[in-house]
Amino acid sequence: MYLVATVVDMSERIRQTKPATTQDHNDIVDNVDVVDNSAELLESLDDILDHIDEILEENAEEFVKNYVQKGGE
Amino acid sequence: MATEKICGIETEYGILVTGVEMSPMTASSLLVNAYSDDGLSLRAWDFAHERPDVDARGQWSPEADYPEVEMLMANSILSNGARFYVDHAHPEISTPECRSIRDVVLYDRASEEIIRRSLERANKRLPEGVEMRLYKNNSDGKGNSYGCHENYLVSRQTPFGLLSTFITTHFVSRQIFTGAGKVGVEQPREGEPRVAFQISQRSDFFEETIGLETTVRRPIVNTRDEPHCDPIRWRRLHVIVGDANMSEIATYLKLGTTALVLCMIEDHAFPESLVIDDPVTEIRKVSHDTSLTHAIRMNDGSLKTALDIQRELLSCASQWLQGVKQDPLGGDSEDIIQLWGSVLTQLGSDPDSLSDSIDWIAKRRILGALQERHQLSVDDARLKVVDLQYHDISSQRGLFQKLGCRTLVSDQDVVTAMTEPPPDTRAYFRGKCISKWPQSVVSANWDSVVFDIGDTHLQRIPMMDPLKGTEHLVGHLFAECDTASQLLARLGDSVEQVVEDPGW
Repeated sequence: MYLVATVVDMSERIRQTKPATTQDHNDIVDNVDVVDNSAELLESLDDILDHIDEILEENAEEFVKNYVQKGGE
Repeated sequence: MATEKICGIETEYGILVTGVEMSPMTASSLLVNAYSDDGLSLRAWDFAHERPDVDARGQWSPEADYPEVEMLMANSILSNGARFYVDHAHPEISTPECRSIRDVVLYDRASEEIIRRSLERANKRLPEGVEMRLYKNNSDGKGNSYGCHENYLVSRQTPFGLLSTFITTHFVSRQIFTGAGKVGVEQPREGEPRVAFQISQRSDFFEETIGLETTVRRPIVNTRDEPHCDPIRWRRLHVIVGDANMSEIATYLKLGTTALVLCMIEDHAFPESLVIDDPVTEIRKVSHDTSLTHAIRMNDGSLKTALDIQRELLSCASQWLQGVKQDPLGGDSEDIIQLWGSVLTQLGSDPDSLSDSIDWIAKRRILGALQERHQLSVDDARLKVVDLQYHDISSQRGLFQKLGCRTLVSDQDVVTAMTEPPPDTRAYFRGKCISKWPQSVVSANWDSVVFDIGDTHLQRIPMMDPLKGTEHLVGHLFAECDTASQLLARLGDSVEQVVEDPGW
């Protein structure tokens, strides 16, 4: 299933939230010297379309419906 | 002589949390705090001098919906001189002030990387099944827009009326290379032909030629007169009309061409007949016409395409540059003019050849191919998802990151720019104070830094000139002073004692 917002109990969310640790802190500082290049470049248009087909799955309509923003600025 | 074009960009990101109901304010705060919790920024913006209600046209408009100053939301200052904060319902990041256009691109990329890392951090704090996503775009496709604002230092001597009339010509026509592309139309007008895909994310939202508002009745030229520097000498032109670009080349051209046109206006080199009759109608029509053939009616009755107008501006800019002794764009003018020329040539002959550098063309190429592969109708929701995913900043899901578009700055420079300020504006002083004495700086903003060194009063260092506080001018102070007290002693008379409650 893709991109469907399911509501979970807030108290559950808070209980499950991982507290920040010193280890986490070190992660971000250690990682600061590398730009994230984990996005692999897709060379041909066909590769790009294959990638899109993978991430699109079946709930495109639901996802588009859920993307609502408050106006900004 | 044109004013040095100190520039910067503020970008609001679209934010979505899946798996739980969470207000966008909470989610945005979680994101901003994920960065500052790690000691990589200082959480205290000084609002003492914020005046978003002052109008450049001189009169105060009591009926105008100017933005309120939000003092309670997460708000931090980074060691690279940037500001990272929550604005209404969006996370927003402002680059530090830059002296070259290339630096603006560099700091915009660094900002993106900071946001990406904050997102990874924030997501680690969320429970299984809950995920935050961020989009560098300007519309949710349902009539709600959020901005990517550009800022340019201009001379106070140039009459604002003249500046706004002329720059409007550029704002309407520059879309053909600054547009980030959008599936469909928002706020459709009666009798308007159907448009499946348009050039700009933003152009559907402009209802006025000029005005103070930024969230309603949006004007093509925003009159906010909040220079964040010496108001006798300068204005800060606050541009709200542009799209957020994924492509570095598009950002470079957006800022570069606009800075050049502003220089021409200041130097009386702008072609004065180039004024659009009805900019509010035309900005929409130009965006809706991907064939680039729409004829814009000019004030003198002639008809020109956006491409015609851009060619004229380019030709005037090349001529103007020949008479310039010191480049107001930090040495980038010539390069920008060359790129501008080649992009206009390609737009005229073979627009698809720009799918490696112009966002709307890159996006259209993918959408077209997907539509063909699956025989999709223009209303298919999958096209809208692809539109959105183009702007997703996740390195796994984001489409733009997969395309291998042309770049301008190196990854290594981006990493440095995440923590180091540009050396040649006052952002250097701000950033260095924050990285060297985080315990002593109680707050900062664009034009001052406030210290608490244990005296009765706080001490404010004003920075009313964006060209001062550079590494060249003050770098030695950071090498020579071990403590903030020593710095303040060295700065002597330029330190102000803060007696009144500064408002934090």
